[in-house]
Amino acid sequence: MPYSSPRRHVLAFTCALLLASTSLHAQQENNHFAQLGGMAGIEKIVAELIPLIETDQRISAQFKETNMDLLARQLVTQICQLSGGPCERKGDDMRTVHKGMNITNLQFNALAEDLQIAMERQNVPSIAQNKLLAKLAVMQREIVTK
Amino acid sequence: MLTLPSSHLSTLPKASKFLLGLMIYITTLSGTQLAQAREFPLPDRGKLLATGGVSQVEGAGGGGLTPWALITGYGTRDSYGGNLHMTQLATQDYALRTYGLAMGFADRFEVSLAKQEFTGSKAPLNQLKLKQDILGVKLKIAGDALYEQDSWLPQLAIGAQWKRSGSVGGLSALGVTNVTQLGAKNDSGTDYYLSATKIFLEHSLLLNGTLRATKANQMGLLGFGGEKNNSYQAQLEVSAAYLLNRKTVIGAEYRMKPHNLNLDNEKAYYDIFIAWFPNKHVSLTAAYVVLGDITILNPQRQRGPYLSLQVGF
Repeated sequence: MPYSSPRRHVLAFTCALLLASTSLHAQQENNHFAQLGGMAGIEKIVAELIPLIETDQRISAQFKETNMDLLARQLVTQICQLSGGPCERKGDDMRTVHKGMNITNLQFNALAEDLQIAMERQNVPSIAQNKLLAKLAVMQREIVTK
Repeated sequence: MLTLPSSHLSTLPKASKFLLGLMIYITTLSGTQLAQAREFPLPDRGKLLATGGVSQVEGAGGGGLTPWALITGYGTRDSYGGNLHMTQLATQDYALRTYGLAMGFADRFEVSLAKQEFTGSKAPLNQLKLKQDILGVKLKIAGDALYEQDSWLPQLAIGAQWKRSGSVGGLSALGVTNVTQLGAKNDSGTDYYLSATKIFLEHSLLLNGTLRATKANQMGLLGFGGEKNNSYQAQLEVSAAYLLNRKTVIGAEYRMKPHNLNLDNEKAYYDIFIAWFPNKHVSLTAAYVVLGDITILNPQRQRGPYLSLQVGF
């Protein structure tokens, strides 16, 4: 009679569970990218967002010297990566990028708010909007230095 | 026009002279000083929509029934914010109206003032009128409900609510004019609470748990302590809310309460609510609330609609 240890069962079960949850996680991430409308959707969101930033009195001054086309491309890549899409953002981390800019919570939130409005206008489901905000919210401690 | 003949000046009383001097000083303030005065910082309204919460029934920032760890208003840590609220709750036989004002400073400290008026419409309590004043303070002590999305740690706040019940109306035929004549040990008291609030953005969910040490009967409207119990008891209050979209939140709350009075089989409060935040100046909350039965004179479970308007700056 083949010996089967309960511990081995537990191990196998745990592995199966881990595998399942990892693939579920990957699937969810893929879903998030899809919920944002894939690459085309994200490009539309960012295209909607850029003029909102430029006319938002709370933050427009911060972007006066910024190449907005370049910023748009960077944002697309970043949102794509954060939502589990096939992109990889290169360059300095968020803390380095925003160093010395004296960004306040007001300004950080203003950009988040503009992004919310942009996503709303592009009919992104609320749950997908909040998932993206969740990933951006943790950057507050790296970006807000004032 | 600011000079007076010295003879007249000398006849003025001392205090008036001082006031006059002050007025002259203010009127002759240089332009720069006036410009500086104008630069008194305005509220930044920097928090994200809905993240200031609404006004709970005792005036603190929170849900409808329960204080949350969130600081009221839309001021970030660099600013301040405030609001006025008016809440009306009507059950089969009673009505509760609350109104008040609250301010949040530096997204850290909150102070609130509220007045509650509770009236009866069914005999023998159809003339009943209970009143209460509440001064509330709240201090955020740790965490951030919104930014720390990579952690399970909630935002934590401690708070206190000083309550003073007014005279009892409508029971003068029985000689009752004070809540102590209904069994309460005191007509004033203080609640202390610890609130933990977390927004799980990944799931569009807000969860809150509040632990309150209280002696209050029906929040204090029927006084504090009683024949059955006159010591502080810990009561749990929980809220769960789902962020439907940027402007709309739905949820439910449950608030346990002590049972101190012989006269009142006090029960937990609970509700379901929908709150709408069209912008950062206005919010409207509609709820359906169950208050349990109130006094043994009317052993019927009281429930009904709740409507709250908050106007802020």
